[in-house]
Parts: sequence; structure tokens; C-alpha cells
Amino acid sequence: MPLIPKTDGGSIHWTLLREKIIEILIYISGFSAIIFVFSIFAFIFKEASGFVFSHETDWSFFFFNAAWQPLPEESATYGAFSMIIGTISVTLVAMLIAVPFGLGLAVLVSEFCSPKIKETLKIVIELLAAIPSVVWGFVGLKLMNYVLVNFFGAQVGSNLFNGGIVLALMSLPIIVSIAEDAFKAVPDSYREAAEALGATKWQVVYKVLFPAAKNGLLAAVLLGVGRAVGETMAVLMCTGHNLNNPFSSEFPFLNIFDPIRTLTASIAAELGEAPRGSEHWQALFALGLLLFAIIFVINLTADLVVRGIKQEES
Amino acid sequence: MFQETPLIQKKNRQQTIARTIFMIMAVLAIIPLITIFIYLFYKGSPALSWEFVSEFPRRRMTEGGIFPAILGTFYMVALSLIIATPIGVLAAVYLNEYAGNNWFTRIVNLAVVNLAGVPSIVHALFGLGTFVMFMNGPCLLAASLTLAIMTLPVIIASTKQALEAVPMSFREASWNLGASKWQTIRTLVLPNSFSGILTGIILQVSRAAGETAPIMFTGALYFRKQLPDSIFDQSMALSMHLYTVATQGSQIPEKIQFGTAIVLLGLVLIINAASISLRVYFRSRKKW
Repeated sequence: MPLIPKTDGGSIHWTLLREKIIEILIYISGFSAIIFVFSIFAFIFKEASGFVFSHETDWSFFFFNAAWQPLPEESATYGAFSMIIGTISVTLVAMLIAVPFGLGLAVLVSEFCSPKIKETLKIVIELLAAIPSVVWGFVGLKLMNYVLVNFFGAQVGSNLFNGGIVLALMSLPIIVSIAEDAFKAVPDSYREAAEALGATKWQVVYKVLFPAAKNGLLAAVLLGVGRAVGETMAVLMCTGHNLNNPFSSEFPFLNIFDPIRTLTASIAAELGEAPRGSEHWQALFALGLLLFAIIFVINLTADLVVRGIKQEES
Repeated sequence: MFQETPLIQKKNRQQTIARTIFMIMAVLAIIPLITIFIYLFYKGSPALSWEFVSEFPRRRMTEGGIFPAILGTFYMVALSLIIATPIGVLAAVYLNEYAGNNWFTRIVNLAVVNLAGVPSIVHALFGLGTFVMFMNGPCLLAASLTLAIMTLPVIIASTKQALEAVPMSFREASWNLGASKWQTIRTLVLPNSFSGILTGIILQVSRAAGETAPIMFTGALYFRKQLPDSIFDQSMALSMHLYTVATQGSQIPEKIQFGTAIVLLGLVLIINAASISLRVYFRSRKKW
């Protein structure tokens, strides 16, 4: 039991009591994250439950049918397939751009460049992270739209490629910062050993650092994917918001200039029109539940992967 | 003379190629950023004037300024931070000072990471299902609460980092003098990590100011003639205003659209710069 000095004039009893109260507050705040995650799930589930437990809801229809027609209400159908495909395709395009760039920049920042270039790049990355998503959406809508129509010959400027590029730029910072942490976590002795054997910097990077940091890099990619899947305003404004399947069986298998529509954008666009408690409203909450589940799985995997590294180290 | 063997030539060539590719990547990442800034400032600067930031919108937002939106954003962000900061800081204190190294702490940490990863539109659904419901309709307070939950995990993470930076020996010295755990935290740990906590929170101001999806259905309005009277009133907000003028109705002049974008971006960047320069300043004064 620590001794409590009588400094503030109050009795020891009172000081102890105050300390207990504050500690209880600290514990409650500590658990708040768990409480919030749980209640987010619970309340969204509650709103969606009418749809989730309805006998009329056909789950294979929900997941594999592209007909999302909330109006007219009597013959409404809720098939989320094209939104799921839309989310997958735009995330895929974004990651095809952001992963090589993100890992490349992380290598550059942590291994290759002079301190001056490093500082500049870090500021650039911080600025990229600072731009609000609605401003990204605005840039996609105005600038990228113009560029794609006039220089790439796209018929509609707001399309998959537009959204993909914007999302790539948005998820770049998180990929770079986590990948850089992963490189930093590799002990210097590894690098020194390789360089003593005559390896060049590049050989050190791809023969030593990549294998040693692979779990951290995987986590970086996963969190980038999570960011891209969950992004709302930018994709709502850039992707054209059109139910469509951009994948095709012919080369190049993905029509990057097709407009698409994602899960997040559908909720944002339709929630305002859906009357509270209606089937449409419940279906939108069911989409939210799906999103929540996807993000939960991604984060859990990333956590397990990162924990894998820590265990290997100890 | 020492002759380079083909193998060494090859590895040096690969090194040069790799280096060049990485440099090109860096340039390719910087170009869009500069392009975006120049483009927005070039297009939006004609709209910028004192009237633009101090007047109400007129004629269905085709004329006038964006003052109510700026004020609404200010209210929402301030209110959300007043709510989120104490909880976030105390939660970080719990994680760094009280929590043991066990499975429960891992779950708390996982919950923080997960909360940070929840998409903004899912936060909006949550706000709509809870706060808006309890308050009988969207309002400033509901929007701020939604924003607060969204900013909470990031405040926890940045505060925790600041607390971790306080050396363990400080705490041990304090305990040896007979101070209790909370006395040590209050008089030693928190003052010594204050700068880190502050910069983290300022950074969060800029994030919250730019968020659109969480406030869209919980308290922000397209257009409103008056300023909000109380926290139970709805209000315009800058990010929401940008979304509206950019997507709804083609008769809104480009000048106003780009002007709004610049004001929002400028605000966010200024707050960011403030946070970064504070960080640099505090780091230069660090005593240990």
C-alpha cells in the first residue's frame, strides 16, 4: 500500500476515495472500445434483423443476384451481387496500383534514400493522408473525369479506373507507413551480415528484408485493402454509381472504364431516401452488416499476422 | 587492375535499375499531389474573398458564401473532441499504465484496431440507429457523437504512443518516493507526454473536419437559412456542403464548388501543419 502524503489539505481517506473513482473511470474508458465495437454490431444488427430473419429473404439471391431494385416497393428485389463485385473490382484496381507503389516507397524511405529525400517523401505521404475523402471525390469528379475522357478515350469519366486511382492514392499512406515499420523491425545485424558478404542494397532488400518482413508487409497490404473497401465518399463521387459487372470472360477480363457501384456508396446514396424501418432501410443495414463483417475479418487477419511476427521474435 | 567479374557487373546493374525504379515511383507519387494542389488552387482562387467565408449562401447556393457551413463544421468538430478526448486519453492511460500483459488486453487492443477500421458509412449507420433515434431526429449532438466514436480509436493510439515515450525510470523514481499509481500518472506521466497527446488531438481535428459520411445522416443539412440555435438543431457542414455543391444541381457555378473545396482543404492542411510544427518544436525541447 503506497503512502499518501497529506499535501492538499484533505484527509487521506478522501484522497484514497478520489483515486479509486478516477481509477474506475480509467477502467471504464479502457473498456469503451470493446463496448463501442460490440454496440456498433448490435445496433446495426438490430436494424437489419427484420431483413436478416425474414422468411422472404433468399440469401443466395442476396449474394448472387445483381437485381437491386428498391422501387417500386411491392416488387422490390435486393440482390447485392453487383455491389459486392463493384467493391471487389475497385479494391483490386486500387491495390494493383497502391501495393507496388506503397512497398516501393517504403523500401525507398527506409533503405535507399538520403535523409533529405526521406523527409520530403514523408511530408508527401502525410499530405496524401491529410486530404479528406470528399476532396478526393471532388478531384476524381472534376480532374480525373476530364483526364480520362479527353486523354484516355473513356466514354464516361466517372468509372472503375477513376475510383481505383483515387483509392490507390488514399490507401498509399497506410501501406507505406506500416510497411516501413515492418522494415524497421528487421534487425540491423541482418543487413550488416548480407552487406559483409558483398550484397548490394537491392540484394539486401529482396533477399533479406522482404523474406524477413513478409508478415508485416502482408499486414500493410491487408490494412490497405480494409481502407479501400471501407472508403465511402470518394468512391461515391468517382465511380459513376452504376450497377454493373466490370469483369468479363474476354481479355483483358476487366473493363476498367466501366462505371461501377460499391457497397459503401449504395448505403450513402440510398439511406436518405429509405423510410425508417422499411424493407429498403433494413436491406441497407444488412449491407452495412456485411461491410462490418468484411472489415472485421480483414483486421483480425492483419492482427494475427502481426502477432505472428512478435512471437517469432521473442 | 581489379576487374569486375560478370556476376558483380550484373548485381551492380540490378542495383542501379532497382534504384531508378524506386526513384521513378517516388516522383510518380509526388506528381499527382502537386497536380491536385495546383489545380484546386488555380480553379478555386477566384472565389476566395472575405465575403465567401463570412456570408450566407444566396439564391439556392449559386451566390454568396459558406459561413454557416464553416461554423457548423467548427461546432461538430469541437463538440466531438470534447466528448472523445477524455475517454480516449483515459483509455490510453488504462492500456499503457494499468493493463497487464494478458488475453484481455489483447482483446481491448484488437477492439481499438477494429474500431479504427470500421468504415465511415457504418459509423453513420450506427449513429442513425442510436443517437438519432434517442434524440428524435438528426442534430448537431448526434453528428458529434458519431464523429467522436470515429475519432476515439485514433486518439487512443496517438495518446498511447505519447505515454510509451515517457521512460519507465521516471515512474519507478516516483513510486520509490511513495507516490501512488494515479499520483504518478497525474503529476509525472501526463505532464511529460502532454506535447505528444496534444499533437495527436490536433491532427484528429483535421481528420474530423474532413469527414462527410458519418455526419451526412446524423446532423448535417444540405441547406439551412439560420445558424443552429442549440446542439439539438441541425446545421450545415463544410464537407457536406462540398459534396452537395459538387453533385447536386448543375446550376451551381464552378467557382463556388472549387472555392468550397479549397476552404476545406486549406483548413485541414493548416491544422495539419500546426500539428506537425508543434511536434517538431516539442521534440527540439525534449529533455531526455
